[in-house]
Amino acid sequence: MSSNFRWETFVEAFPLVLQGLGLTVGLTFACFGFALLFGFVWIFLRRIPNKPIVWICTWVMEFIRSTPPLVQLFFLYYAWPVVPVVGVTLEPFTCAVLGIGIHYSTYIGEIYRSGIEGVDKGQWEASTALNFSNADKWKKIILPQAIPPTIPMLGNYFIIMFKEVPLASVIGVGGILFMANSYGASHFAYLEPLTIVGIIFLALSYPSSILIRKLEVKMNTRFDKNAVLSKSKMKTIQGMNLEGSDRIV
Amino acid sequence: MSETLVKDKKSSILLNSEPIVKYRDVTKSFGDVHVLKGINLDIHPGEKIAVIGPSGSGKTTIIRMLMTLEEPSSGDIIVNGTNLWKMDKKGLSIRANEKHLRDVRGDIGMVFQHFNLFPHMTILENCMSAPIHVKKENKEEVRERSIKMLDRVGLGDKLEFYPSQLSGGQKQRVAMARALVMRPKIMLFDEVTSALDPELVGEVLEVIRDIAKNDDMAMVLVTHEMDFALDVADKVLFLDQGVIAEQGAARDVLEHTENERVQAFLKRFRRG
Amino acid sequence: MNAIIEILPQLLRGLQITVSVLLASAIIAYIVAFIAGLARASKNTILNKIAGVYIEIFRGTSLIVQLFWLYYAIPMLFGIQLGSNWWTGVIAIGLNYGAYLAEVVRGSILAVDKGQTEASIALNMSSYQRMRLIILPQAVRMMLPEVGNYTIQMMKATSLVSLIGMRDILYYGDIMRSTNLAQAPLVYVVVLLMYFILALPFIWLTRKGETLSKKGVASQ
Repeated sequence: MSSNFRWETFVEAFPLVLQGLGLTVGLTFACFGFALLFGFVWIFLRRIPNKPIVWICTWVMEFIRSTPPLVQLFFLYYAWPVVPVVGVTLEPFTCAVLGIGIHYSTYIGEIYRSGIEGVDKGQWEASTALNFSNADKWKKIILPQAIPPTIPMLGNYFIIMFKEVPLASVIGVGGILFMANSYGASHFAYLEPLTIVGIIFLALSYPSSILIRKLEVKMNTRFDKNAVLSKSKMKTIQGMNLEGSDRIV
Repeated sequence: MSETLVKDKKSSILLNSEPIVKYRDVTKSFGDVHVLKGINLDIHPGEKIAVIGPSGSGKTTIIRMLMTLEEPSSGDIIVNGTNLWKMDKKGLSIRANEKHLRDVRGDIGMVFQHFNLFPHMTILENCMSAPIHVKKENKEEVRERSIKMLDRVGLGDKLEFYPSQLSGGQKQRVAMARALVMRPKIMLFDEVTSALDPELVGEVLEVIRDIAKNDDMAMVLVTHEMDFALDVADKVLFLDQGVIAEQGAARDVLEHTENERVQAFLKRFRRG
Repeated sequence: MNAIIEILPQLLRGLQITVSVLLASAIIAYIVAFIAGLARASKNTILNKIAGVYIEIFRGTSLIVQLFWLYYAIPMLFGIQLGSNWWTGVIAIGLNYGAYLAEVVRGSILAVDKGQTEASIALNMSSYQRMRLIILPQAVRMMLPEVGNYTIQMMKATSLVSLIGMRDILYYGDIMRSTNLAQAPLVYVVVLLMYFILALPFIWLTRKGETLSKKGVASQ
């Protein structure tokens, strides 16, 4: 192992590490997309007018959210294939999308929920009064109002997931962290490639978070200020409100 | 009639004493907005001054600058002979630092429109914190004095209550007790009744009236309660568009003024 | 059931590392967050900038990268051995979540109603007294739910130290999985349950904190 930070190594490793960027970004989009979709599953399940189902669902979400995604990844990668009957072997990439996606879907589901709860009660009553079908009520009235105010918060979760995705390197998904580690293993120099990974993350996530902040301000002016999910409102989302969970509209 | 005479006599005596506070050509701008355009004002020991005028005329800014919550854009405010916002450093007059402000503002107390009680303390603790920590007074003595003061404002039975358990009028009475325990020589009242429900205004005015009659501190009241101003104040200032448009004995300004702006303002108020 | 009785004692051997890493990194995170958050809320531009750079760097890169980086960098750059990877894990997790919590501290301080500052000025308190007696007691109440949340995040993050060779719960789980793959599902379920049980007090604290944070606070 080299005893000091060497710029030659840094320059040499840079293009190699950068090769992993496409996969890291791609995996982020895949995980995020899956979490966006799966978030709706939670919403759907928790609206079933059956208290035990809602209760179970709420605690399953709390369980997934409160346990390490790393262990969840290992479970999917190593243990799922040997689970009787349902078990199948998963590709590392699929495994990462499922593991990270499901983990974060529990947060995304909460964001949706507050978005939906932020829609004025009168809107429900009005759409009933206008005799909308149940599907149309959701599609044409509720969701178009519930989702846009949540966009800044969803954007924040995109950045959070971007920083979480390198976890997948432990099951062999070749993103930038994986590239840095394999460069390190073959050249006995870890510090330089890992520094590169840090710089890449900083260079991408810092401007994006500024962008999100701007978006948040814009949303605040476009929508009712209270409807936009500011950071302070996330308090209730992250510490999921179990008591409120059996509220069925 | 005789009471008015006594009051007039009292204020004439006061006017012979050296002013405790002097405003000299004080201006204040927020960006392009000139809130105050040259205020000159003397406050004598024990004098009760009511400041009236339309909203946005700069009434509140006048007393906020004295409380050091707002820095004047130009001019001087002299408290007990010391320039409040400026201090000497090697013969040069420079902007006051916090230590200087603390030294000079010690005789001033203030009651706010929105009470600003400390929500994490009981009302007794609200009264006790500053004398103990700021003036380093004896805790037992402060405690006794605070209880007496809360008794005086009619809340002696609620010492261990938290502000959230009180009505607006009660909160404002605590705020006054809290300020009084510090034994200020000048008390500032910033529209202390305008955040209250109408039925709670009376109890707060009653306490102020009591202080005005029985304590010898100077008082500056920014208020919309004209009858109250007439009753309590020695002097009334009418502030309009950043200048003192009219000033004089309460009765003269509120009942016999020639100034059309004042008449219009009062008419609007009396009707409401 | 027999299998669980077999698994559990093995996993419990890792509990001490998991809990000690959590406690130590939480303490570091709280202290660092307090200092950086105060610096961020202060008017001193230099302190403010320094804290800002720290916060952006640690929030802008991911924890697992920071962990590996420190793992190699500390002995290399500073020529010191921390004595154990335990310290590397604790410092990485502590500094990472310290940065997130610093923003919580700053936000809570700024969220205290401005009237509170004005009232304490009117009582002639010094800026230090205002912060200590009036602002901080209220800000701390407001922070509680978020502190609970981030402590759960830290608890989850402690599992990363198994990647730098620390013998925590996950480490023993991995060992058992590699010796008997058929047992893997049960092993990982028990591991997850152990983490969940560790999280429960903080989940409870977060809820409790939410009701508590609304009391005794004047927020803007």
